[in-house]
Amino acid sequence: MKNSIKEHLFNLYGKGMHIDGRRLDEYREISIEYGISAKSAEGSARVKIGKTEVIVGIKLDLGEPFPDRPNEGSIIVNTELRPICSWKYESGPPGTDSIELSRVVDRAIREAHYLDFKKLCITPGEKIWMVFIDIYPLNDDGNLFDASALAALAALMDTKMPALIDGVIDYKQKTDKGLPLKKDIPVSCTIVYCDGYMIIDPTTEEEQFIDARLTIGFLDNGNICALQKGGDVGLSEEELMKIVELAERKTIELRKYLK
Amino acid sequence: MVYDKRFDGRKFDQLREVDAKIGVIPNATGSAMFRIGKTIAIAAVYAPKPLFPQFLQNDERGVLKCEYNMVAFSGSGERVRPGPSRRSKELSLVIEKALMPVLDLKEYANCAVDVNIELVQTDAGTRCAGICAASLALADAGISMSDLISAVAVGRIEDKIVLDVNKEEEDYEKGMADIAVAYSLRLDKITLLQADGELTKEQLKRVIEMAKFGCNKIREVQIKALKDKFMVK
Amino acid sequence: MVDGVLVLDKEIVVPGQELAEGMDFLPGSNVLRDGNKLIATKLGLVQISNRLVKLVPLVGGYFPKKGDMVIGKIASISTSGWRVDFGWPFEALLSIREVSNSYIPVNGIEDMIKIYNFDDAVIVLIINVFGNKIIDVSTKAPGLRKLGPGRLVKIEASKVPRVIGKQGSMINMIKEYTNCKVLVGQNGLVWLSGPDIESELLAVKVIKKIEDESHVSGLTDRIKAFFEEKK
Repeated sequence: MKNSIKEHLFNLYGKGMHIDGRRLDEYREISIEYGISAKSAEGSARVKIGKTEVIVGIKLDLGEPFPDRPNEGSIIVNTELRPICSWKYESGPPGTDSIELSRVVDRAIREAHYLDFKKLCITPGEKIWMVFIDIYPLNDDGNLFDASALAALAALMDTKMPALIDGVIDYKQKTDKGLPLKKDIPVSCTIVYCDGYMIIDPTTEEEQFIDARLTIGFLDNGNICALQKGGDVGLSEEELMKIVELAERKTIELRKYLK
Repeated sequence: MVYDKRFDGRKFDQLREVDAKIGVIPNATGSAMFRIGKTIAIAAVYAPKPLFPQFLQNDERGVLKCEYNMVAFSGSGERVRPGPSRRSKELSLVIEKALMPVLDLKEYANCAVDVNIELVQTDAGTRCAGICAASLALADAGISMSDLISAVAVGRIEDKIVLDVNKEEEDYEKGMADIAVAYSLRLDKITLLQADGELTKEQLKRVIEMAKFGCNKIREVQIKALKDKFMVK
Repeated sequence: MVDGVLVLDKEIVVPGQELAEGMDFLPGSNVLRDGNKLIATKLGLVQISNRLVKLVPLVGGYFPKKGDMVIGKIASISTSGWRVDFGWPFEALLSIREVSNSYIPVNGIEDMIKIYNFDDAVIVLIINVFGNKIIDVSTKAPGLRKLGPGRLVKIEASKVPRVIGKQGSMINMIKEYTNCKVLVGQNGLVWLSGPDIESELLAVKVIKKIEDESHVSGLTDRIKAFFEEKK
């Protein structure tokens, strides 16, 4: 026996609508702001999707390369689900939710080679640039995956390299040079599967009833660069391919929001 | 050596640009953004919240829990490693003590009133900005308060007393004294006082006078921000 | 302005603001006396009638009170009753004895589930509050029950009286113009069910508008005009 709030919501899905009247494949209002922490971060951005708000900052540091990639710089993605953004989070080390979010955002960027890691190498085998991508949701009203992924991309695009003087970073001096970014941006879209309906951009109240979730990263050339499935329920191949098609359409839309 | 002109050209008793906005975090019971110069603090109050472990519950009044945190990319130089540090724990405690004298938490007996402060960008005066934001967030949350709390950092550079030090002044190469003050105008009471550096007793008096002056200016901005919440769009 | 009164009636005041000066003034709700002066303790509208100065808060959460009807969800079930989450740190207890005046035979949890199941939305009456922690509720009185298919909208508890209106005038206007069934819990949860999504969204929009403009006089007329325009 379905509960009445769930029943009502699924009725709306049956009519092709979100709880707020949007079509099931429609995003809430999206806005991107660059340089929101320009004094301290090398790059930063704020993304709002409806009432969901995420800020991302980029910090650069020097480090040693991984032994199996001596000529490549690195990215490190970290998400902090702080209690400031919702009733549901408590202070503490990253839990599985924030780790999954970090890794999903990381995957699309890394596997698409969005940053030319070789250009982030200073001295092979010795010194590389490390790019820290720190994600902070400020208000969680659902769909943190897409808001965080978009904010991470915007923050990377906003980044200016700090000056390197005698092998030491001078954070007070910013150069004109940005990160070595490829032209083809890996944009992610998360689709949730609910009672057989494919839904884009769920709100927090809708996220309560999700059966499955699929985040797909797409490149401009139409290729998939990352995939992540979440949720307790399995998907058939047919369902999967329909989701992929929808995600491709939506990432083309999302790409337009980035400068 | 004489410090007769401030690095950024401000007068000795001049605040940086101050800006405040209420209700910036829709999920929270109350919230506010407070910016002074380039220091930006965002505070959210979630109340009431369950309080565990049970022995912490007080059946006469609610318990205030403040947490101060700098986001990883908010520091002036290197990245700040996420997670609590000794400094952030100390600041969380002094901020809580700075706010308590004006709060009446009887309505929240056996519960917690959580105050979460995040520093998004820093240019000195961070704990003070955090207190100003938290005070607004508490008012926005409908917590019973006998007054607002305002806070500002005052410096002694050479023989000059300067209002609202920025990072450049904090880092003055000859050394300086940096004093954080939180103040309630109505009660005429100082609720936070921390000082790093050397001061004569006479200088301390001047610092307090300067701090009160600065706090009262900040208070005007806070009051306006609260009332602006109700401007019909 | 009356001697000693420092603000206008229905002015928006902030915590710490001085409202009146003089020992013959009486502090009402959310106003404290500090020596000779009366001080606001919350962000809200000051109301002055004769020498009584009180404050209607425009912000703030809900505190459970005996006699309030609140909307919540069933959070857990045992053979003696259910626990209801109504947005408070402590769940309310709906004992099996408070569900009906007639005897209900219960052989196990399955029988309890048939009455109220996990996550069911319910409207209940608070019959006892002790120290914020113990809250007893009942569904015995008329109108109290499990809620049918609909949506739950969260509003600020301080705005509930405005959404209901004097003797239900505002809520009745909303029901009439939108054809929606609406139930408002004192805890700020509103249950809505309409003939179609457009009606429901219109009701949600109006409720949000009342929340935003609750402090401006002439609200009832403005809402009426808003509805007339939408026709």
